[in-house]
Amino acid sequence: MNKKFPPGFIKNFILIFILIALIVLPFWFAKDHKFIGTDDIASKAITEINTNYKPWFQSLWSPPGKEIESLLFALQAAIGAGFIGYYIGLMTGRSKK
Amino acid sequence: MQFKNSSHLILIFILIIILPQSLFAMHIMEGFLPVYWSITWFIVIIPFLLIGLMQIRKKVNENSKVKILLGVAGAFMFVLSALKLPSVTGSCSHPTGAGLGAILFGPFVMTVLGSIVLIFQALLLAHGGITTLGANTFSMAVIGPFVAILIYKIFDFFKAPRWLSVFLCAFLGDLATYTMTASQLALAFPSANGGISTSLIKFLSIFSFTQIPLAISEGILTVLIFNFILKHNKEELKILNLLKD
Repeated sequence: MNKKFPPGFIKNFILIFILIALIVLPFWFAKDHKFIGTDDIASKAITEINTNYKPWFQSLWSPPGKEIESLLFALQAAIGAGFIGYYIGLMTGRSKK
Repeated sequence: MQFKNSSHLILIFILIIILPQSLFAMHIMEGFLPVYWSITWFIVIIPFLLIGLMQIRKKVNENSKVKILLGVAGAFMFVLSALKLPSVTGSCSHPTGAGLGAILFGPFVMTVLGSIVLIFQALLLAHGGITTLGANTFSMAVIGPFVAILIYKIFDFFKAPRWLSVFLCAFLGDLATYTMTASQLALAFPSANGGISTSLIKFLSIFSFTQIPLAISEGILTVLIFNFILKHNKEELKILNLLKD
């Protein structure tokens, strides 16, 4: 009866550990890289294949600067994570009743 | 016993076919598809969007309890596609999060949710683009979820453990998305000496393996949240025909 951990805790712990390892390990394996987005690399590859190609449309609005861009990415993640947090709280509360 | 062995063989065979494909990553940037292809992909996604919208209305009208899970599926996609993760190749890409919703609500519904995420990113983040929205929706919100649900159904049919079905569904759905993106670019930009296939190899190979660790991460995250849903939303899962009484 005296269980130290709730059921599934250890399994989840291991999964989250693997997850963190997957995200951290690249910093060892690819020390000298700058972790550029692959969409930027792709755009370069396009201009290599077709040197005459010019993008025919520009973004209607671009975040002014890297900091604002990361702010907006953080906002996107926060909205999603916020909802999932709300959901997890709601369900945990519901099943405790 | 005989049957069990043969089903294992089939599973391994499927894996061998799908796994060696290398990957491209992230969405096609604004203006980087010729006009002809931009329009083509827009037309292609229209029926998927319409069916998806009808299915959402039907499912929510039938039983409004599934709304919360619809929100979770959308939010999951929202978070995952905001996370640009480092990969062993030294570049960055992000997962798609389409597998979870594909299991819960089917692939058509994910076309709607995915296109909302992509519009948000195109307008506010200059990530992806309005002119490439059709193509990006097709790869992330049509091909991704369709491959995901196919994998889930196959493994479920062969009575694989549920966590494995969920993991592979998310993992391969993610990989399928970026293979599709590479194909779309290769179709639009055939190499001058070698045509589409040379371009495809180029697009696939430059970015090969970037997406694999990210797809594994997506698989793990999907298993974690699916286990939670399985524990707390049995009733909703029965409504969605994912659990039997």
